[in-house]
Amino acid sequence: MNALKKLFGGNTRQFGMIFALVALIVFFQIFTEGRTLTPGNVINLFNGNSYILILAIGMVLVIIAGHIDLSVGSVAAFVGVSVALAIRDWGIPWYLGVLFGLVLGAVIGAWQGFWTAYVGIPAFIVTLAGMLLFRGFNQFVGKSNTIPVPNDFQYLGSGYLPEVGPNTGFNNLTLLMGILAAAFVVVMSLRARATNKALGADVPELWVEVTKLVLICGAILYATYLFATGRPGTSFPIPGLILAVLVLFYGFIADKTVLGRHVYAVGGNRHAAELSGVQSKKVNFMVMLNMSVLAGLAGMIFVGRSTASGPFDGVGWELDAIAAVFIGGAAVTGGVGTVIGSIVGGLVMAVLNNGLQLLGVGADLTQIIKGLVLLAAVAFDVYNKTQGKRSITGMLLKNFGRNNNIQPDETTSTKEVISKEA
Amino acid sequence: MTIPTTQEEPVILEMRSITKEFPGVKALSNVSLRVKAGEIHAICGENGAGKSTLMKVLSGVYPYGSYEGDIVYQAEVQQFKDIRASEHAGIVIIHQELALIPELSITENIFLGNEPTKWGVIDWAEARKRSVELLARVGLREDPDTPIKEIGVGKQQLVEIAKALNKSVKLLILDEPTAALNESDSQHLLDLILGLKGKGITSIIISHKLNEIEQIADEITIIRDGKSIETLNVKRDGVDEDRIIKGMVGRTLESRFPDHVPKIGEVFFEVRNWTVGHPQIQDRLVCKGSNFFVRRGEIVGFAGLMGAGRTELVRSLFGHSYGRFISGEVYKDGKPVHMRTVRAAIDAGLGYVTEDRKTLGLNLLDDIKTTTVAANLRKISNYSVVDTRQEFQVAEEYRKSLRTKTPSVEEGVAKLSGGNQQKVVLAKWMFTDPDLLILDEPTRGIDVGAKYEIYGIIQRLANQGKGVIVISSELPELLGLSDRIYTIFEGAITGVLDKDEASQESLMKLMTSARKSA
Repeated sequence: MNALKKLFGGNTRQFGMIFALVALIVFFQIFTEGRTLTPGNVINLFNGNSYILILAIGMVLVIIAGHIDLSVGSVAAFVGVSVALAIRDWGIPWYLGVLFGLVLGAVIGAWQGFWTAYVGIPAFIVTLAGMLLFRGFNQFVGKSNTIPVPNDFQYLGSGYLPEVGPNTGFNNLTLLMGILAAAFVVVMSLRARATNKALGADVPELWVEVTKLVLICGAILYATYLFATGRPGTSFPIPGLILAVLVLFYGFIADKTVLGRHVYAVGGNRHAAELSGVQSKKVNFMVMLNMSVLAGLAGMIFVGRSTASGPFDGVGWELDAIAAVFIGGAAVTGGVGTVIGSIVGGLVMAVLNNGLQLLGVGADLTQIIKGLVLLAAVAFDVYNKTQGKRSITGMLLKNFGRNNNIQPDETTSTKEVISKEA
Repeated sequence: MTIPTTQEEPVILEMRSITKEFPGVKALSNVSLRVKAGEIHAICGENGAGKSTLMKVLSGVYPYGSYEGDIVYQAEVQQFKDIRASEHAGIVIIHQELALIPELSITENIFLGNEPTKWGVIDWAEARKRSVELLARVGLREDPDTPIKEIGVGKQQLVEIAKALNKSVKLLILDEPTAALNESDSQHLLDLILGLKGKGITSIIISHKLNEIEQIADEITIIRDGKSIETLNVKRDGVDEDRIIKGMVGRTLESRFPDHVPKIGEVFFEVRNWTVGHPQIQDRLVCKGSNFFVRRGEIVGFAGLMGAGRTELVRSLFGHSYGRFISGEVYKDGKPVHMRTVRAAIDAGLGYVTEDRKTLGLNLLDDIKTTTVAANLRKISNYSVVDTRQEFQVAEEYRKSLRTKTPSVEEGVAKLSGGNQQKVVLAKWMFTDPDLLILDEPTRGIDVGAKYEIYGIIQRLANQGKGVIVISSELPELLGLSDRIYTIFEGAITGVLDKDEASQESLMKLMTSARKSA
């Protein structure tokens, strides 16, 4: 345990979930007799869940800021049908269709952000209204019909990286991407290590760093192998590519930019943030706007994958996205959460879904199991918080005697005590 | 109720050597209180002296077993396990923050938790009938169906008393009952308490308004630093305000401050006619035409009792972050400045260390380095991308120069002690490089050693030519630290004293009355 702790010490919050994900994959790999980690299944898993994972990226920012968005499924459906109609009726090319969809998402997001941030209506209500509104718009605009999209638009949701270069038995672009990704991880970690060392910050021992990198690169390369050896015509899927770009981009925003810092600050303690000069209304507006843009993108990818837009697209997506975020370690009270954690949370749900399906478990039982997993993950989190620890991670890597339980005393107001207990 | 006998009135309540400890703090040590039946007994003491804690012990908020000592009430030792138990015995406490539900009617509030029922169903006819009687007793002429939110604070206070009367109260405890009331409402309330005394109800009153205490109290118990100092009989001892103040502040000033030679320059910050309204209550002012100025290198103290409007004044200055701005001008270096947002205030060179670290000052989820740079992210970012390398360096620098005790700047702020948390907050504002730093209760909840260090930091900042405003409820702290002290009473600045002419007595006098100093 000590070695493990050292290995993942720098980023312990996600460790619990990564550990759970790996355990799940191994479990299903054994019990499905190897049908889980086949190229076909893995590609399928990514394709079928990329839009939920994209929603989870936006959702985690919304939840960090202390809000929630229930409208994402309806927004995705409305944007999907609008783009399908625009391409069919106005005859615009697919890329203008995508642009149109993103702008429409932004307009919807501005609407919801306005009510949430500037009028001060709780996001729960605003987006509950949005859920009804945009579902209605979807069915009104599309007359509850199925509207097909052209082939080049379908590429967005069901395309793969093309075959280029010599025949190596692998998909060359996928291979190249995998190698670049592994190299990127190595370079970035070593650079961060060098910087920290120069600054005099704590750095883990070299063997820890190396083992960690070997494990991560191993995982990346194994995934690359699976994606690159699928049946002819398949390789790393386009939705996966879009997802990867978004994860990098939003991970950077959340972690390294002023805006990202402000999102965490507003969610962590709005009063303190405001008294430090953060414009909390603007921040709230931005996260709500961003969520709807990503919902629009997810809707378009889904339409591309299913070749047509329909009146019931995106039903229940909001719940999957929210579940992914909470399993990924975000706090219901805001201020805590990471993009990568939410992706891992989403993958846990996806693998669970997929594995149970392969095992032939019915939809009824699958739902029951998923419900219990969500409850258990958050229950662990809440339990650990009352114990003065922060997450499942803390549970796995117990630090006894390090409780920072704040005892209520005369200088602690009731409000504080209540918020501490919540 | 007991009728006063000829000799000595019987004692209704005796609290014997009450000691109450919180982790690390002894809030009350060996406090004794004797209240005679049918009298009005006042409890006086500075903020934090332990008055409220004592009342919480009495009313069962801190249950039997969580304190040492005995409560003897009506000749029996009581073991209240919660508020319900003490209320059952006829002890009712009315808190400073009223416990009424704004949306419910007067009747519903009076009978909340105590509803008259008939076969399990609330008997509203009976409730209404009784509430009409109760309202008549407290002299409140309002329709009992009026929602609480539609009547003023003064009348709400009367509803609280009606609620207490409904519980057949024998001992009524009022915590700062007139703090939020204007003069005529206060007078009405005091008359009512006197009237209740005539009907045999004993009252304990906690108040900072010494003139009111002098007016209505029979006896006064003074508490200081968690100890009961003395009990005065108002008539027999001929007690006046000065006598009470002497009891409240009677400690000597130890040398708890680093040596400091002020280097005071010219006036650079000036506020004129600053008037601000209460955020919710129309027509109520929290700042009434305040005028003050700060010189370079000067530490200016703001003295005032809790609720006097000190925090409200500085928060409304700091980017209008409190209340409704009505009028007033701010001049910095002779030029008018407008600070409508906190951002603008920071840009104008102001910094504000909040009164309540945990709810207003810190994001307890953050680590030290993130907190240190939180108010000036621009300085360490290029094109809005935070330079984490610089962030670390900045945090390290402040950790060293302020001697924050922590294993690393990557430690969460929630894990630090109060003194070290305050240093991190100070670092955050020092990093914005303000010209005027406002510190609201900078040493609350901090131990003596850390206080000394914080004082040193404040003095260093002043010597760098910055102006510093310190708000504090601890008069010795203000006297030891400030070059000049303004006093505030009920939203108005009532005087200003130089270091040499200020004393606890002179300050307390200005803090508790509207009299203008010469």
